[in-house]
Amino acid sequence: MRPRWEDVEAGAALPQREFRVTRANLVRYAGAAGDFNPIHWNERFARAVGLPDVIAHGMLTMALAARVLTEWAGDPAAVVEYGVRFTRPVVVPDDDTGATLTVDATVGDKLDGRRVTLSLTARCAGVGVLSRARAVVQLA
Amino acid sequence: MPLDASLVGKTYPPTEPYEVGREKVREFADAIGDPDAAYRDERVARELGHADVVAPPTFAVVVAFRALDVIVADPDLGLDYSRVLHGDQRFAYTRPVRAGDRLSATATIDTIRAAAGNDLLTVRSEIATVDGEHVCTATTTFVARPAAAEDAAEQR
Repeated sequence: MRPRWEDVEAGAALPQREFRVTRANLVRYAGAAGDFNPIHWNERFARAVGLPDVIAHGMLTMALAARVLTEWAGDPAAVVEYGVRFTRPVVVPDDDTGATLTVDATVGDKLDGRRVTLSLTARCAGVGVLSRARAVVQLA
Repeated sequence: MPLDASLVGKTYPPTEPYEVGREKVREFADAIGDPDAAYRDERVARELGHADVVAPPTFAVVVAFRALDVIVADPDLGLDYSRVLHGDQRFAYTRPVRAGDRLSATATIDTIRAAAGNDLLTVRSEIATVDGEHVCTATTTFVARPAAAEDAAEQR
């Protein structure tokens, strides 16, 4: 059921989502996106350049957070603007559990043209990993 | 070594056309764990008003990074990619990316500045079809960390 612009209220929270991110997810994303930076799969390299361990692609974190928007909007193409700042790396340990990303989104302003703004938060181990995460979504 | 600020405003040549394939869209959607049928089923996409399956909102990065790769490797800029993290990313869509699109990215260095010991490089990539139809503006900020202060990126 796609939300209608008339029915959406400023301040409304979208359903919270949790996403598991393992090393296998990083390898898969690297292949799909063509981003083979070794900081996302090579622990030895990551530590050599001063990172605590292998970290997730920022773009994977951004993509996972966007799922909260697209699932709510009911049409992936409804996301007409989307921006984030990557404030902290999502560290992905070499185990079966990986990292857990918790994403929340809240409706901000209702705009002309049946659009709404949304702000998002993404946390990993209780710490925010995105800031200035905002989107504009075109509603039906 | 600071980045060469004289390169602000430089526009790089458009990238070779990238043809968005249905299987690539599906692969990308699988990689972000998103089961949405609009990425996979043309009939579902058409019911939503799209000419073919659409790509996830961040898919345009696949095209944008082809332009960014050229900038990162530009010897005039002097970027050490092993010390680069993704700082900011923004997409503004004129229309969604669809399977069958032939897209090219034209990248311009918007700003170069220093902050908290890091060099920040902001690049704007205009993504358009080979016929000149604008699809998306992707704006990317890279953070180049100094070799001596590994924690600077986390502290900004």
